[in-house]
Amino acid sequence: MPDPKRLMDQAAVEAALERITNEILARNATRSRLAVIGIHTRGVVLAKRVHEALQSRTGAEIPFGTLDITLYRDDHDVHGVKAVVRATDIPFHLDGKDVILVDDVLFTGRTTRAALTELVDFGRPSTIQLAVLVDRGHRELPIQPDYVGGRFDTHRQDSVHVRLAETDPSEEVVLVQGKASA
Amino acid sequence: MSAWTRRHLLGLEELSADEIRHVLDTAASFKEVSTRSIKKVPALRGKVVVNMFVEPSTRTKMSFTLAATRLSADVVDFSPSMSSLSKGETLVDTAKNIEAMGIDFIVIRHPASGAAHLLSKVLKASVINAGDGAHEHPTQGLLDIFTMREVKGRIEGLKVAIVGDLSYSRVARSNIHGLVKLGAEVIVCGPSTLVPGPIKELGVRVSYHIDEIIGEVDVINLLRIQTERQKANLFPSIREYARLFQINEERLKRAKPDVMIMHPGPMNRGVEISPEVADGEKSVILKQVENGLAVRMAVLYLCSGSHEESHADVPHQGR
Repeated sequence: MPDPKRLMDQAAVEAALERITNEILARNATRSRLAVIGIHTRGVVLAKRVHEALQSRTGAEIPFGTLDITLYRDDHDVHGVKAVVRATDIPFHLDGKDVILVDDVLFTGRTTRAALTELVDFGRPSTIQLAVLVDRGHRELPIQPDYVGGRFDTHRQDSVHVRLAETDPSEEVVLVQGKASA
Repeated sequence: MSAWTRRHLLGLEELSADEIRHVLDTAASFKEVSTRSIKKVPALRGKVVVNMFVEPSTRTKMSFTLAATRLSADVVDFSPSMSSLSKGETLVDTAKNIEAMGIDFIVIRHPASGAAHLLSKVLKASVINAGDGAHEHPTQGLLDIFTMREVKGRIEGLKVAIVGDLSYSRVARSNIHGLVKLGAEVIVCGPSTLVPGPIKELGVRVSYHIDEIIGEVDVINLLRIQTERQKANLFPSIREYARLFQINEERLKRAKPDVMIMHPGPMNRGVEISPEVADGEKSVILKQVENGLAVRMAVLYLCSGSHEESHADVPHQGR
């Protein structure tokens, strides 16, 4: 197997999150409507950083939540039960909010689809905006991010690993090439 | 994390400690679903659950129905008195006929020990044991252990007394199997006529006097005294049983201050438990019922999905 290729180092991850924060603030003038929700597991870690940055930049109290989409997945029959079910925790009313939904990698779009379905079961946000650290292409659904840390060309069978200081020994984004399929 | 690979839940005897912990952890997450304003997730959408209760039940059946509904499954009730079972059809034939209509789960309660095991061998559907004779009642065992862990923060090292009619109790057997595997110390306690000798082989201590052990236990799990059993002369009178074994405020004075009192229901107020204790602050009886729902959601969820091949090593690909 070829060596993993590093797509982003720690400085690049930090710069990307800073740029995302700036873009969120530029686009959302009504600070009181802002809310941040992360998708388990690493989306939550990234969401916490974005949330912290938004709060310190605005001086405002911004609601924060986490989303576990396991029960909303569409591949339950295909892949069976393998993920640990974690709690979804949205301790505020979604109605009328501008929700920044944060995930680490955008790939097929199916996780985002599940997250959107779950979110609208909780309320009716004014807008839902998608922020991802990495967009690696190969969408299977009409879903696009509003804020992107980095876009990278990948093959479908590759895997992209996001490692973050809070959960991993080092902070980086690496691409591991998968076996080329015929 | 250990993956769950089972299609059926038949008893706690065959589960490993890791599997039991996995159900409890999953149930903890499912508890949160019941606090949402929309108490429903699509995990089992399009699946069909049949409740086949050949013995009476209130809370277990309703709990399974609600659990399945919260996972978006469809639920069908099977009532034995109106069915072909009462015309002499065998259990296996009835179950196979029901299965032929395209169902995914059979939740079965049956007076015969082994009924759930029997169905699991002949059906493709998932079989969930909701109580088979004097054998096991695994979801009750799991919810009891879940509640102990939730309140006490651990199972390992806990001292748990199971008090009452041990000889015919499937609740006791499921509790014992689960608790012993997770490292609790279990003491069974009741009149000698209601405590079978070989029960020691399950790894428990036996006591015939509640007052002898009440001071040392963290949990008292009470079993229902079946008044019909008194007619078989297994104990002299309800009143004498109550005098010797009832958990009441007087007896609780000698218990640990933080002892928790459990009862799987239905309880006989004034027999195995006094009304003051049943409604008192040490009682977690209604918490047990609440947790039963989360545990049954976890069990239905874990037993669904395809288990023919292992995908344990496939990373999360669908993002």
